[in-house]
Amino acid sequence: MSIFLNKDSKVIVQGITGGEGTKHTALMLKAGTQVVGGVNARKAGTTVTHGETTLPVFGTVKEAIAETGADVSIVFVPPAFTKDAVVEAIDAGIGLVVIITEGVPVQDSAEFWALAQSRTDENGKQITRIIGPNCPGIITPGESLVGITPANITGKGGVGLVSKSGTLTYQMMFELRDLGFSTAIGIGGDPVIGTTHIDALEAFEADPETKAIVMIGEIGGDAEERAAEFIKANVTKPVVGYVAGFTAPEGKTMGHAGAIVSGSAGTAQAKKEALEAAGVKVGKTPSETARLLREVYAGL
Amino acid sequence: MDLFEYQARDLFEAHGVPVLAGIVAQTPEEAKAAAEKIGGVVVVKAQVKVGGRGKAGGVKVAKTPDEAFEHASAILGMDIKGHTVHKVMIAQGADIAEEYYFSVLLDRANRNYLAMCSVEGGMEIEQLAVERPEALARIAVDPAVGIDRAKADEIVEAAGFAPELREDVANAILKLWDVFTKEDATLVEVNPLVKTGAGEILALDGKVTLDENADFRQKGHAALEDKDSTDPLEAKAKENDLNYVKLDGEVGIIGNGAGLVMSTLDVVAYAGEAHGNVKPANFLDIGGGASAEIMAAGLDVILNDAQVKSVFVNVFGGITACDAVANGIVKALEILGDKENKPLVVRLDGNNVEEGRRILAEANHPMVTLADTMDEGADKAAELAYAAR
Repeated sequence: MSIFLNKDSKVIVQGITGGEGTKHTALMLKAGTQVVGGVNARKAGTTVTHGETTLPVFGTVKEAIAETGADVSIVFVPPAFTKDAVVEAIDAGIGLVVIITEGVPVQDSAEFWALAQSRTDENGKQITRIIGPNCPGIITPGESLVGITPANITGKGGVGLVSKSGTLTYQMMFELRDLGFSTAIGIGGDPVIGTTHIDALEAFEADPETKAIVMIGEIGGDAEERAAEFIKANVTKPVVGYVAGFTAPEGKTMGHAGAIVSGSAGTAQAKKEALEAAGVKVGKTPSETARLLREVYAGL
Repeated sequence: MDLFEYQARDLFEAHGVPVLAGIVAQTPEEAKAAAEKIGGVVVVKAQVKVGGRGKAGGVKVAKTPDEAFEHASAILGMDIKGHTVHKVMIAQGADIAEEYYFSVLLDRANRNYLAMCSVEGGMEIEQLAVERPEALARIAVDPAVGIDRAKADEIVEAAGFAPELREDVANAILKLWDVFTKEDATLVEVNPLVKTGAGEILALDGKVTLDENADFRQKGHAALEDKDSTDPLEAKAKENDLNYVKLDGEVGIIGNGAGLVMSTLDVVAYAGEAHGNVKPANFLDIGGGASAEIMAAGLDVILNDAQVKSVFVNVFGGITACDAVANGIVKALEILGDKENKPLVVRLDGNNVEEGRRILAEANHPMVTLADTMDEGADKAAELAYAAR
């Protein structure tokens, strides 16, 4: 088991003919992902070839789904076109959209998020899950990669990981590479994102393969504080946390558009305290966090 | 990016929000000329991106152009909470009968927008929200719909405006919504929104924050940047598309990925506790690729910071594996030549790490020390910075 993504997921790439799209389609195929095609309106009807695999390029997401049965899309298109690409995927009713693109205007993200929320099935469940934007995507090691996470860091195991940051995700997977991961998901560092820490925690709690969870946060917003409340009330599996940005000054954006301390809000200290109050062990550094997870894991 | 009041006023005017005349001035002479042009009583207002300027003496009423000259002389160059006043706005005097409050902002937690409105304006809105929350209407705005006529009516009614004022206030709110969407803002705040003695609704003071991610479709926004207060190293970094923030410490930091770099700053600060409390000198994210050119440009910015005593390069080799990163560092050092005159601690981890370390060891650069882990590298860099004090 895993969350949100497994070996049966059929993936299309929006922006499959661009530089990033080309590079990462090859890497995703290598990681075992079932990439079944791509979308580019101007190159509809053509194909792209990676090694042994030749993939069709469709004019629309809707057409791609009809022809291939795809249930996941990954978006590599530039910021100016990201909203249209995501809206198209939502309109086509796809189950999961992973948006890698960095630098998407936040009003665009707010708009496609509102649209995704408004599309529900007969049980009132949102049809399209969004991961990102500005994220490394999601990997279920040994099964499927939809994103840009290096697939060869580690393999399958019992640790579930959710993080705002890409390289910290890789770092943590590397530190715990002997344990392996059920799924590692990078939710992105933008002010408005689709899947949240809470969504991932809820899914890891329900996933029988996940034994323990690592949650990585950073300064800005109050997502970690809300995740702490959620953990207290709903998560029985052990959670180990890490928060980056203790030394960040007020009012300066630290790389990610959402990583900013404004006034007393969004500080790393406040997030650490909230997590600890919910029974989460929080590491001061990535290495200490890995050590804490190991301790917990050994006791399971 | 936060705007100055005069820039917010100009954007308001451009989108049809009712405002009074206002002219920005950088010298007392310009202030006097502006006062003459506007005529009558004016207000000389310090332009700083911080609250509490009135209390600090940064806002003065001038009855004549000569008085405007004098006030501007006093206010220009003034320090308000660490912000030097480089500009004043000469604003037309207003006959204020009542003060209100309006804002619309991105609500991160709810992933939509929030409009806030009150008939009790003028005071600090944080204070009002705490002391009399019932006096502040908070209305969620659906990003897919925005503030239309019905929503504007809902806001003014919830705020408790008298029926005869509602249409005018709602009209102003619709124009302010235009500012929010057409300029890609994350905050548009008017405090105070006023009714004049003649019954006119005016936006008297405004705060606007713009989304820099939208710069590609907001060509006018580049001109709004505050070049006077931008750190020269930050400006240089920006020219090279580097994500750099200057800090106060002595250990220069380069890393890949915002989260890892933030984490590196923390780890260096902890390590510094054992080495004379040295602290990180900057945030610098060179992104995933870590090519030689980008590495060289990043190192160049950091080595130009006189405060820097040592540099810690902390890279996780992912898609760009460690051997490529190591080659990048070696080439960057060649590009920099003698400019590289500060001790450099390099920690590589991730894919092909052995090959990466071998390349750096073989290059055997006199200023470079290799570290096996992030903690060890941070400690070494802190130690070297302390030793060089």
